[in-house]
Amino acid sequence: MAFTFAAFCYMLALLLTAALIFFAIWHIIAFDELKTDYKNPIDQCNTLNPVSDPTPHLTHTSSPLLVLPEYLIHFFFCVMFFCAAEWLTLCLNTPLLAYHVWRYMSRPVMSSPGLYDPTTIMNADILAYCQKEGWCKLAFYLLSFFYYLYGYVFILMSCTRIYTGYVHHLVHVQFVMMGEIFSKMKMAWLH
Amino acid sequence: DMTNQAQPYGSYGYPASMQPAYPQGPTSHTDSSPAHDPYGPPPSYQQFSQVRPGVCETDVFSSPIHLFCIFLQMTKLLIIFYLPLNLWASPFPNMSQLSAALGGLSGVPELEVEALRPVNLLQERNLLPPRPLEAPEPNLSPDLKKVNCSPQTFRCTLTSIPQTQALLNKARLPLGLLLHPFRDLQQLPVITSNTIVRCRSCRTYINPFVTFLDQRRWKCNLCYRVNDVPDEFMYNPVTRSYGEPHKRPEVQNATVEFIASSDYMLRPPQPSVYLFVLDVSHNAVEAGYLKYFCESLLDNLDKLPGDTRTRVGFLTFDSTIHFYNLQEGLSQPQMLVVSDIDDVFIPSHDSLMVNLKESAELVKDLLTSLPAMFSQTRETHSALGPALQAAFKLMSPTGGRVTVFQTQLPTLGAGMLKSREDPNQRSSTKHLGPATDFYKKLALDCSGQQIGVDLFLLSSQYADLASLACMSKYSAGSIFYYPSFHHTHNPTQLEKFQKDLERYLTRKIGFEAVMRIRCTKGLSIHTFHGNFFVRSTDLLSLANVNPDSAFAVQMSIEDSLADSSLACFQAALLYTSNKGKRRIRVHTLCLPVVNQLSDVYAGADVQAITCLLANMAIDRSITSGLSDARDALVNAVVDLVSSYKSNVSNLQQSGLVVPASMRLFPLYILALLKQKALRTGTSTRLDERVFAMCEFKTQPLQQLMQMVHPDLYRLDNMSDQGALHLNDTVVPQPHLLHLAADRLSRDGAFLMDCGNVSFFCIVVSHIPELETLLSERVRAFLDWLQDNRAFSSTIHVVKDDASAQATFFQHLVEDRSESASSYSEFLQNVQLQK
Repeated sequence: MAFTFAAFCYMLALLLTAALIFFAIWHIIAFDELKTDYKNPIDQCNTLNPVSDPTPHLTHTSSPLLVLPEYLIHFFFCVMFFCAAEWLTLCLNTPLLAYHVWRYMSRPVMSSPGLYDPTTIMNADILAYCQKEGWCKLAFYLLSFFYYLYGYVFILMSCTRIYTGYVHHLVHVQFVMMGEIFSKMKMAWLH
Repeated sequence: DMTNQAQPYGSYGYPASMQPAYPQGPTSHTDSSPAHDPYGPPPSYQQFSQVRPGVCETDVFSSPIHLFCIFLQMTKLLIIFYLPLNLWASPFPNMSQLSAALGGLSGVPELEVEALRPVNLLQERNLLPPRPLEAPEPNLSPDLKKVNCSPQTFRCTLTSIPQTQALLNKARLPLGLLLHPFRDLQQLPVITSNTIVRCRSCRTYINPFVTFLDQRRWKCNLCYRVNDVPDEFMYNPVTRSYGEPHKRPEVQNATVEFIASSDYMLRPPQPSVYLFVLDVSHNAVEAGYLKYFCESLLDNLDKLPGDTRTRVGFLTFDSTIHFYNLQEGLSQPQMLVVSDIDDVFIPSHDSLMVNLKESAELVKDLLTSLPAMFSQTRETHSALGPALQAAFKLMSPTGGRVTVFQTQLPTLGAGMLKSREDPNQRSSTKHLGPATDFYKKLALDCSGQQIGVDLFLLSSQYADLASLACMSKYSAGSIFYYPSFHHTHNPTQLEKFQKDLERYLTRKIGFEAVMRIRCTKGLSIHTFHGNFFVRSTDLLSLANVNPDSAFAVQMSIEDSLADSSLACFQAALLYTSNKGKRRIRVHTLCLPVVNQLSDVYAGADVQAITCLLANMAIDRSITSGLSDARDALVNAVVDLVSSYKSNVSNLQQSGLVVPASMRLFPLYILALLKQKALRTGTSTRLDERVFAMCEFKTQPLQQLMQMVHPDLYRLDNMSDQGALHLNDTVVPQPHLLHLAADRLSRDGAFLMDCGNVSFFCIVVSHIPELETLLSERVRAFLDWLQDNRAFSSTIHVVKDDASAQATFFQHLVEDRSESASSYSEFLQNVQLQK
């Protein structure tokens, strides 16, 4: 089995996508909390936006940051695929990449990085849009997860002879990955 | 006014009584005040005007309860994506049966028939009623009508609520509420009772529209839960009888106020705290507002709402920040200068905000000496941002009201701004949103500490109101703007400033307030408009609440309302009065639910619709541009006409046919398009446009309608026919005229009433001054108009002055102006697009 750079990229993408799935679920839960009145929009937006506040008068506390890391991770493995000359995979990812760029360019006026503005987030349209965005991304990441898994296996297989026993390996990898995702989802939910 | 409330009723220990509520100022101030709009909600406007059914169903993705749900929802998501649109376009009863409906319903009230009369706009030209339009009456039983909430306080765009969202989409009218919750009222039942009766599941306050199943149980009209009537509620303190819960004042009045117990407090009620932040830079001294402010405050110091705990403080700023130590016992006020504006600190913690009663002499001293103190200043910079930070620090322990006077663009420290206006680019209407989020963040921090920030902008130059206004928008403040203010060069603005200030200082105020709007199951709140911070889907956080600001709410119908014939809305405003009492003001509005499109049109409230659309258009112009907002407004008219034609009117008439209830709609929309906020062309300065937008967001309906479509009267031939007889005076009621130049004549005297903005009196030839009867009538009429508003208006007399004439003619919205079409051209345009 030759372990090429492309195979490495797929493997990395696989792991990172698992993280992205986790982020997407976090988003969905966060907006649901807003909608069902569990959380104050200011706190929630501080959680979702990266907080690095230079202005001293603000009393906000910093907490986990979600938007930019997600975009950066996605951008990172797109670059990896570009380097590995995986054009089809890159093409499949370009729309999301473009969407991320557009989304970040059209964000409200903010002095700190982030997307969500606590004063507009409670608008029914925006809230619904964000929720829908979360679900769509979750679907996209889930599909791309399996795509990367098969891409990974396909590259490995195309570089070597097909061993009959390899099917077992494939199934095994798949199960391990699935287990990982489920445990992460569960953690997210419990959180 | 509030002191004489409620004598206790011995045996039960809780009193309840009717009392005149806060009569403030000379009369029944209905009112108004400027303020704002949030800057981002993008497609909110779409829902009704352009989006086809199906696209606006946004709410499918809700509440995942556990992991399963997530997948369940995912399948839902996919289904939504792939289901053909015809699911949403499912067949609804074809509404082209107006005549059948009318024939079938023998009990259709005459009013409704009149409201549905098809009006061909191209033929009928005299559309205005003789007197200003009244709110339409909901089609309810007389008993319910009698107790329903006053339309001045609570108004719905559709007085007959459509049963489903599909029917609403078909009607092509927006559904929403216009609220003026803290209006000065003549009479308000105030109830003090140990338990405030509320629904156990949805927390609705008991109101006239609940049903009593028997003596001991009542059914909530919002969530339909059956609740117990507490023992205490069985006793009626008004009649002093037992066993008549349905005769209690809560159940007899749609607007009541409760004195809340400590359950409704997160902390002890705060005292009234007022901080004045004054610009004393060279520019401010030039404009000369300081003297008039100090005079006005000195005059009204005793009338500031509050009690013995009332505290005040002053803070002035140019390139440095000056604090004033007013501690009781000092011989004169001490000025403390903080020049480090990058890291503002408070020089002394307990002596800057002082008790007004204890330090009254020092405060008066300061106000007398303040104007002279800075008269020689050469400092041109303005460190508004740091001054606001200092104000935030001073106020955060208590909360209260910060009043900011600013006369130029802030040029130093945090929150500094650069000029964004290019006079040659005025028509491009960029920069309607803020340049920085400093003021918004500050406002949110203030809101969190229960501090409301009110802004008086007295600037002759561009001062970036779009950015500055954020400080009031999100902290529930008010915004006042006096373009080209100068104490000698511009006496009209000065007069207006003085009058506004007097009203501002003496008007009622509520602190640390929240307002929740509940509605019947199936309805949900879509978007709020006004100055506030939205804390959750139905809860507004209002650091301060004043009687001059109003709110608008867009609603959507999530579930069919078929199982009920009535829909109710309840707005509950919880606030701390200036006497340190926690109070809850509850307004409940009840409307019928209908399933026929014709009924929806019959109940349409054209003024409320216009106001709601104006709010939506402001949002739209900030998010996607002015031209988009203007198109959407025109589309609203086009959509109404085509929807009415295809669904309701079976008369194969050519021309533009609308139901009579909506006959003024195209006129009002045209008038909206000619407002400063929404008009095109280069004549509108950016700050003025932004201010007009702020006003749209916070003016109560009556004021807004007068701004949009002023009332024009002919004065010289007024008669006593139909006159009002108030006390001893006879107030004539002249007829309304259309706002077109051909209604004016050379030998007449006309009055244009633009609400709070100004009065224009045009005297084309000469007013017969000697004819005492006429001048008496005119005076009586003017006084009557003046008495019916919160901020008194200034009267402009238009004779030969060209600029005044130009402004006057600008308000004649039916005529063609340089950049906008006339009414008939507008109608033709609509007909072409139809």
